[in-house]
Amino acid sequence: MPQDHIISAKHLSRADIESVLDRAAEIAADPEAVSDRHAGKLLGMLFFEPSTRTKMSFTAAMKRLGGDIVDMGPVDQSSVKKGESLADTVRVVEGYADALVMRHPLEGSAKMASEFVDVPLINAGDGAGQHPTQTLLDLYTIRESAGFDDLTVGIMGDLKYGRTVHSLAHALTNFDAQQHFVSPESLKLPRGVRYDLHEQGASMREHTELDEVLDSLDVLYVTRIQAERFPDEDEYRKVAGEYQIDAETLASAKDDLVVMHPLPRVDEIASDVDETDHARYFQQAHNGVPVRMALLDLILEGNL
Amino acid sequence: MTDDQQLRVSKISEGTVIDHVTGGQALNVLAILGIDGSGGEEVSIGMNVPSERLGRKDVVKVEGRELSQDEVDVLSLIAPAATINIVRDYDVIEKHRVERPGEVVGVLRCPNRNCITTKDEPVDSRFAVLEDGVRCAYCDTIIRESIADHIHVG
Ligand SMILES: [Zn+2]
Repeated sequence: MPQDHIISAKHLSRADIESVLDRAAEIAADPEAVSDRHAGKLLGMLFFEPSTRTKMSFTAAMKRLGGDIVDMGPVDQSSVKKGESLADTVRVVEGYADALVMRHPLEGSAKMASEFVDVPLINAGDGAGQHPTQTLLDLYTIRESAGFDDLTVGIMGDLKYGRTVHSLAHALTNFDAQQHFVSPESLKLPRGVRYDLHEQGASMREHTELDEVLDSLDVLYVTRIQAERFPDEDEYRKVAGEYQIDAETLASAKDDLVVMHPLPRVDEIASDVDETDHARYFQQAHNGVPVRMALLDLILEGNL
Repeated sequence: MTDDQQLRVSKISEGTVIDHVTGGQALNVLAILGIDGSGGEEVSIGMNVPSERLGRKDVVKVEGRELSQDEVDVLSLIAPAATINIVRDYDVIEKHRVERPGEVVGVLRCPNRNCITTKDEPVDSRFAVLEDGVRCAYCDTIIRESIADHIHVG
């Protein structure tokens, strides 16, 4: 199915996901084979908010395919500060590149931008909305660590504003997965995401305590709770402490539980977890390059 | 509607009678039509009058005005049982029920202040109509209660 833009994980079918992951596995096994594949092609980088890692990951992916990037540079020096609309900016930049990657602080920005351009546009995060390429690398990591059959996944932390969570939850509806959402009451999944999961007939439950589900999980996906989401510091401290895990917390988990995190972490996963067999977050981050190479390859070839 | 109830609201010669409006929504109907009285429009309203179908209903009669499809579409969101009667020379010459559209474009303002459609961009708001509410096609925000509060006239 030809798909020009990657805006939301909601629009990725199981077949789409598997074709990206299969291609990523091929590339990871033999990266040399694709080192010249997109020589002469340019990827336009439109990062309207800072994101060093995602940007580096896309840059590495494009360069490892033999292509290069054109970067609009830091936002404060760009036309955005001069009041140019996003719609105008993307229409100008599409003339410089074969595909675009965009990160923007507002929800729906990637969808809107995609309506103004003819080259493929990849959403690298739109506000609290979606982050589909993170989801693809998350799924790659899940597949290699736990497989996709009969999965029980716990997703914990800031579920309200966590775009990586929204994308992952949507994508998991394509698989035989039970989803358990663990968060403070004030940071529960937004209505829109819950609506979609119900529509998809997803098996999902919401919890405020990790204890209620920990021992049944195959995967525990942890996200950061940000202090600025709370009216005052005390309120934040009270809540945040309950959603931190360490090696001791995981004593009651299955031996083969996989712990993931989109990174950067602050203190929600103690460093003693790093030494356990559960930790998978650094590997998850490294998977970003082959997965983004696969996605760019399929998109530039018009095969997705 | 019996003659007795009909008399509560005066008859009009030319215009539109919006009947079977959900009780209490009449003022929101006027907001959708952009009527606040300052334009000198002749309007009659019946609020919470008894109705066989709805228990209580509102009726709005607007002299000298027919409704656009956009207006009818939004109307359907806050008054799904409404009927639109077009009156000419004191006779109802056309009568139809409102139908819920698949989506409404450019008439509601997204309540999510972080939504791209609320900024200065060349894009109309776009909401998919769900069974019990509407959803922003850009940021996925769902509005279920008080849809009328989000009507963005002009
Ligand atoms: Zn919106």
